[in-house]
Amino acid sequence: MYCLARALNLIATNGTRFNVQKVAACGIHHTFAQQGSQSTARYEDKPEFPGSRSRYVHKLEFLDPDSQEGIPVYRVLNREGTIIDESQDPKLSRAIVEKMYHDMTLLNTMDRVLYESQRQGRISFYMTNYGEEGTHVGSAAALDSKDLIFGQYREAGVLMWRGYTLDQFMNQCYGNQNDLGKGRQMPVHYGSRDLNFVTISSPLATQMPQASGAAYALKLQQKGLVAICFFGEGAASEGDAHAALNFAAVLDCPIIFFCRNNGYAISTPTKDQYRGDGIAARGRGYGIPTVRVDGNDVFAVYNATKAARDICLTQNRPVLIEAMTYRIGHHSTSDDSSAYRSVDEVSYWDQQDNPITRLRHFMVLQKWWNDDAEQNWKMESRKMVMKAFAEAEGRKKPSPDSMFHDVYTDMHPSLKEQMQAMKKHVTEHKEHYPLEQYDKMT
Amino acid sequence: MALPSKTLSAACRQFSLLCRRFVGTTAVRSVHFSYVPDTPDPKHGSTTRMNLFQSITSALDVCLGKDPTAVIFGEDVAFGGVFRCTVGLRDKYGEARVFNSPLSEQGIVAFGIGMAIAGSTAIAEIQFADYIFPAFDQLRNEAAMFRYRTGNQFDCGRLTVRAPCMAVGHGALYHSQSVEAFFGHCPGLKVVIPRGPIQAKGLLLSCIRDENPCIFFEPKILYRAAIEEVPTGDYELPLSKASVLLEGSDVTLIGWGTQVHVLREVAAMAQDKLNVSCELIDLCTILPWDKDTVLASAAKTGRVLISHEAPVTMGFGAELAATIQSECFLNLEAPIERVCGYDTPFPHVFEPFYMPDKWRCLEAVKRLVNF
Ligand SMILES: Cc1ncc(C[n+]2csc(CCOP(=O)(O)OP(=O)(O)O)c2C)c(N)n1
Ligand SMILES: [Mg+2]
Repeated sequence: MYCLARALNLIATNGTRFNVQKVAACGIHHTFAQQGSQSTARYEDKPEFPGSRSRYVHKLEFLDPDSQEGIPVYRVLNREGTIIDESQDPKLSRAIVEKMYHDMTLLNTMDRVLYESQRQGRISFYMTNYGEEGTHVGSAAALDSKDLIFGQYREAGVLMWRGYTLDQFMNQCYGNQNDLGKGRQMPVHYGSRDLNFVTISSPLATQMPQASGAAYALKLQQKGLVAICFFGEGAASEGDAHAALNFAAVLDCPIIFFCRNNGYAISTPTKDQYRGDGIAARGRGYGIPTVRVDGNDVFAVYNATKAARDICLTQNRPVLIEAMTYRIGHHSTSDDSSAYRSVDEVSYWDQQDNPITRLRHFMVLQKWWNDDAEQNWKMESRKMVMKAFAEAEGRKKPSPDSMFHDVYTDMHPSLKEQMQAMKKHVTEHKEHYPLEQYDKMT
Repeated sequence: MALPSKTLSAACRQFSLLCRRFVGTTAVRSVHFSYVPDTPDPKHGSTTRMNLFQSITSALDVCLGKDPTAVIFGEDVAFGGVFRCTVGLRDKYGEARVFNSPLSEQGIVAFGIGMAIAGSTAIAEIQFADYIFPAFDQLRNEAAMFRYRTGNQFDCGRLTVRAPCMAVGHGALYHSQSVEAFFGHCPGLKVVIPRGPIQAKGLLLSCIRDENPCIFFEPKILYRAAIEEVPTGDYELPLSKASVLLEGSDVTLIGWGTQVHVLREVAAMAQDKLNVSCELIDLCTILPWDKDTVLASAAKTGRVLISHEAPVTMGFGAELAATIQSECFLNLEAPIERVCGYDTPFPHVFEPFYMPDKWRCLEAVKRLVNF
């Protein structure tokens, strides 16, 4: 793990940042290379421009982005579930690994039920997490439970790891009286103050610079906590993504930027999204330590996140993780991905490179898991999901007048008037409104 | 990319999901209005049955076919768009002219402004009106003011921005917004909202060819729910011209987009239940709006109801009401009524209570005639 932390530094900074001496002379910052070369460096004719840390060259040469090899993908487990390099074994206890597997598969079961329920018109919308379970659970497990999480929307496994219950997921999707979000947002817009998971918002990438700000606040508070911000490779094209990365770098924010690169933004493949070497390649441009990991390898994600967290806290700076994975499901229930990708492509990832299968192989090799355990768990988890589902469906929705609350801390008089008018109107015209599905108006 | 018929049926399925009825233990909800089709103008030639998204495709097709400088781009546009408005156009006109943009609204609009400045016809799609705000700076400070601030040396009049808007039944905060009023505050822009397929095609072609930057908001619930006989050829409908859809003598009802259809039902209910005769106006263009038509009607009836889905405070209805009261003060028989969204974000499970539905509008008609 220590090695990984060092590798992270190297990618982003050429190793200069921590071993470097900054000498102020004539009001200009001279930045010298590694200590070893200091004596000669001092007398060379070097670029003195503010912030320069390179040399002059005398042949015209453009940096060719295509001549360099891509950033490698860090991996711990191979597809058969064997640890490739023993030094990278996270040495997690059986209990932790079982929780990882339980959460990844429970998420999968919940996704199937809720996806199907949308198909039947029981909930209005849903987004599955198929194929990305490893990125969720691997990252969540490496965090402190008080680290503040900013999600995009396809990170239900992160919340599940933290202890968001099946009831809570289902209540939110139904927008019923027990929904922490009070029935106001579409399904999958989860959030929990208790679990330090900031409620999801649909507009993409808006959470990213917010997360940088939160990280800065955490730093000032000296609580030893970090912020982590999840985002898709599509959202990374938004202007907010640039602001987030640059602010975090310049203001030395302890934040982990966790990109889920799942190949698509709805129908848009990554080749229509960027031309560089993915999201990781941007880290260097911002001066952010960066690593690319195999997102379908839960241990690699765990190691990377844990090391990233160390860097955030010991060096007070951001880290960028690009987790390579694949969105096996449709974008959402409003999407049919067969319009833009082949069934073969999808089934390759589903069958050949699936994070759940890989972890199961590992557990079977450890003799921690077998077919019986799998069968039992499948039945049990499905039962749990169905129970929570039925209960959430049976609950009423919050009272209609509650839609006027929380616009401000206090309801101002003109909004109060609107609320009264709504109540009067609905009461006088009961027959036109589905009042029986809602809690009584106050 | 070839689009086999399987793909098309998949696309239809996709949309029907978006508009699906709620069954099971939750509410059985359908669209909150009944759609009355417009009749095509015979002088616009032969017609075929189209829904609103197909009529948009048809307008884009006409434009790309006739204007070699025209391009269409936006998020997910290449495969046909999440609302299927650009289906088949990439195959027909090539990937240089119909393309996916990276996921950045400010980028999309600014790219379009630049193309327009350099002489292309730029037709940009913002996936939902709710997501137009990252581009607000480009629209408000750049597109709207380009001609003015350059002393008319440069302009981006060849830019048109399309975006789906308004409620859809379950879109909640960020898939339901009516954002027209924000842009109503931006001199230099034109803002247009069609009520159905015939209007959509003719108005969109006018926007594309208008020499000012236009924003064209498409009521997404109408993409499939609105079906008409639409002229297949090229035709334009005038901007800044409201339509009087029903003539009446007692009350003027003013709306745009989806709300026109709610108000049409209100007019029928007012006739049946109250024996009140309503004049129905579709404003069609929000900016610059058609004062003459609105004021003539208000002067005639002396009673006005304005209705939109956007929150009432600072909605575009406020502008209409202010103008009507100052120009028609002596004609008014009752205070102008506004039935609009409440001053809250657009809430998910409370949509049936939030909407300015026909029952709320009918109550307002009663208040107008009983004043
Ligand atoms: C500002 C904004 N623009 C557009 C959208 C519509 N939209 C929702 S998800 C999505 C694709 C996001 O892709 P990515 O970030 O890769 O995440 P993934 O869905 O792959 O997890 C788009 C375009 C939005 N929600 N917000
Ligand atoms: Mg993606």
